[in-house]
Amino acid sequence: MSEYVVELRDCRKTFPGVVALNKMQLAVKPGEIHGLIGENGAGKSTLIKVLTGVHQPDKGEIYVDGQKLSFRNPNESAAAGIACVYQELNIEKLLSITDNIFINKWIKGAGGLLDYKTMHQKAQEVMASLGQDVDPRKAAGTFGMGVQQMIEIAKAVLIDAKMIIMDEPTSSLGEKEVKQLMDTCRELKERGIGIVFVSHKLEELFELCDRVTVIRDGQYIETRDISEWDHDSLISAMVGRTLDNLFPKEFGVKGDVALKVEHLEEGGVLRDVSFEAYNGQILGFAGLVGAGRTETMRAIFGADAIDGGKIFVHGKEVKIKNPAQAIRAGIAFLTEDRKGQGLILPESIKHNVVLASMKKFSRGLFLNYKEIEEASEKNISDLKIKTPSADERAGQLSGGNQQKVVVGKWVNTNADIYIFDEPTRGIDVGAKIEVYNVMNQLVKQGKCVIMVSSELPEILGMSDRVIVMRGGKVMGEIERDTEHFNQESLMKAAWGGKLS
Amino acid sequence: MKNNKRSSGFMSLAGTFGALVILCVILSFASDKFLSYSNLMSILKQTPFNALLSAGMLFCLITAGIDLSVGANATFCACIIGVLVKSGMTNPVILILAGILTGTLVGLINGLLLTRLHLPHPFVSTLGMKNFLWGFALLITGAQMINGFPDGVLALGTVTVGGIPISFILVVVLYIMLHILLTRTALGRSIYCAGGNMEATRLSGINSANVLTFCYVLSGFMASLAGIVSIGRSGICNGANALQPYDTDAIAASVIGGASFMGGKGTMAGAMLGALIIATLRNGFTLLSIESAVQNMVLGLVIILAVLLDVIRENMEARARRIAAAQQVSED
Repeated sequence: MSEYVVELRDCRKTFPGVVALNKMQLAVKPGEIHGLIGENGAGKSTLIKVLTGVHQPDKGEIYVDGQKLSFRNPNESAAAGIACVYQELNIEKLLSITDNIFINKWIKGAGGLLDYKTMHQKAQEVMASLGQDVDPRKAAGTFGMGVQQMIEIAKAVLIDAKMIIMDEPTSSLGEKEVKQLMDTCRELKERGIGIVFVSHKLEELFELCDRVTVIRDGQYIETRDISEWDHDSLISAMVGRTLDNLFPKEFGVKGDVALKVEHLEEGGVLRDVSFEAYNGQILGFAGLVGAGRTETMRAIFGADAIDGGKIFVHGKEVKIKNPAQAIRAGIAFLTEDRKGQGLILPESIKHNVVLASMKKFSRGLFLNYKEIEEASEKNISDLKIKTPSADERAGQLSGGNQQKVVVGKWVNTNADIYIFDEPTRGIDVGAKIEVYNVMNQLVKQGKCVIMVSSELPEILGMSDRVIVMRGGKVMGEIERDTEHFNQESLMKAAWGGKLS
Repeated sequence: MKNNKRSSGFMSLAGTFGALVILCVILSFASDKFLSYSNLMSILKQTPFNALLSAGMLFCLITAGIDLSVGANATFCACIIGVLVKSGMTNPVILILAGILTGTLVGLINGLLLTRLHLPHPFVSTLGMKNFLWGFALLITGAQMINGFPDGVLALGTVTVGGIPISFILVVVLYIMLHILLTRTALGRSIYCAGGNMEATRLSGINSANVLTFCYVLSGFMASLAGIVSIGRSGICNGANALQPYDTDAIAASVIGGASFMGGKGTMAGAMLGALIIATLRNGFTLLSIESAVQNMVLGLVIILAVLLDVIRENMEARARRIAAAQQVSED
């Protein structure tokens, strides 16, 4: 018998244009809670998907209880005893808890009919063993996220999982639910189940985990007992480089007020949002998820209707009711969801980069394909988009290159005010630097850049000024190189504290 | 590598053309009448009705929508003209304009239902419209066939130029115009993009609601032309025809020509080949005196086959791209 319940050795996985995992390894002991940590884009999701059989690795071995296995699909991985509670839960909200738990594992009674009596009873038992006293006949959607997550864990328990992967399980939970989840994890550990606990919150790792593995840029970095890690060593292992290199900040010359927003109101979402953004500067928007930052930007851009407030561009009030009017007013908006809202995946790069400025590329009635080709070739070389040609479909590109295509689309509109909403989410470090460089160029050209980001180092690294939002309101404003321009103050404001 | 996408589009078009050629070869062996001049001209006479409907259907399919009311709309337009004729109107210009206006208006309503009242998928609303138009056509005609149309109205379905039906010439001209619209104008690109990702298109400053509405208006306009062609071909209008599977033929032609229910795909050239294949098939059935029940079965299978081929082709292309990309990475 192996020391480990599940072990992955020397794994490599590539996608079109990117090496997602290389020399990756992970070894989980039975009855241990194993923390897995890495930056966005470090390869955590790919690693999870290799273990659960969603992706097949190009190279590498998986051992379960010392036995070498390979998974062609998630069913084979589940049969071997590996379960995963994904961040996006696989819950059918309209179906009952029992239905959710027994999906595809129905218990059948006489004549092959479903035996709901037994299933309800078992569902109740297993939920109770996880500390949830609930009626399994009720629709899953009527319960909170905590219970829904327990339903996923119950599924794993019912297939006698040897290892359960939890992908950022606490990200959508309240404080009480987090505590309950941790208790459940310890209980599962007692039963000898290995748990892989993926989290961005270091405190949780220190509280819960026995060992922690750090990965970075698709590579295994190190595994240590939790007692041998501390905050600083974890972060430096995760980042692997100093912040100066990560954020190549350049400064423009502060100009006029490019965008002024006054008393923006949107029912239940935005409350009296007012701020000014200057030419030649990057204005950062910090805050927790759901603080109203994206909603503010969507309101300015005319993507959602507002209930009140005024928007001024260069001192002149503008009425913006739809994105077309915003673009005419000189505003560009790079959305946070590049696949859902930024790109036409089945269309080519060249058709994507001219999407927001087709008038500019038209001569009379007709599109000028010569100019379109030239512009897209320029985007590809300026932004270093890795692609065989401008005719490649956007859907074929890696995340970072897709993001560069969206950036190119907005650069081509030649706007004056650029709003970037989470511009580097889920893209690799190289692509991040390219995006930062575009922002640098824009402010040096005297344009106004607004950047919404949930990553504080990014906010601090790139912004000239930062606005912190919470609960749909502006909490405060901090200039670069002043006393409060640091992570602690920003976090405090984001959590509702006063900046003093 | 450079013309990857274009060449794969060309390949699938060549495949469809190959299917048409093979179909013609088989039919020319099966029936010695098939290759005769008069029979080939009769295929060209049969094609326009479906080709006109297919053009509108194609636009809707590209936006990831569908217009199931095209056939009923064509019949309804013919019936409106019939009713006007019956009530004493003889001016062909007014009659034709009335027909075109009717069809276009129906298309506009379809478009507005989708984009202003936000009905979920046009599948349901246009299906409702189909039934509504069927009943309406029977109501205004008193469920009677109407004949006695003036020559000016019949002309579109009857006149030939140098032996070629004028309706087919009209179809070719319209198809070329629509091809240019789809490939060379901002509106055309917007139609493909709306089908590929509606929200991204809207957030890029394109009024996607208007783009969609345009497609349904165009579909209604093309249906009205098809209605006028049908009057010329048969000399009558018949409200009961609204339930004929004309919409299915139009979907078949578009899909055979490369359109997809997922939207974002399809070309005018493909739809033309698709319409020719359907017309040739129907012509072959008649030559070989195959009963209409079997005809319907075969056409149903052809649609399924076309979709299946499309799926297989997509998978193969995706696979080829994956392999190419993997090789590229390992070279890095």
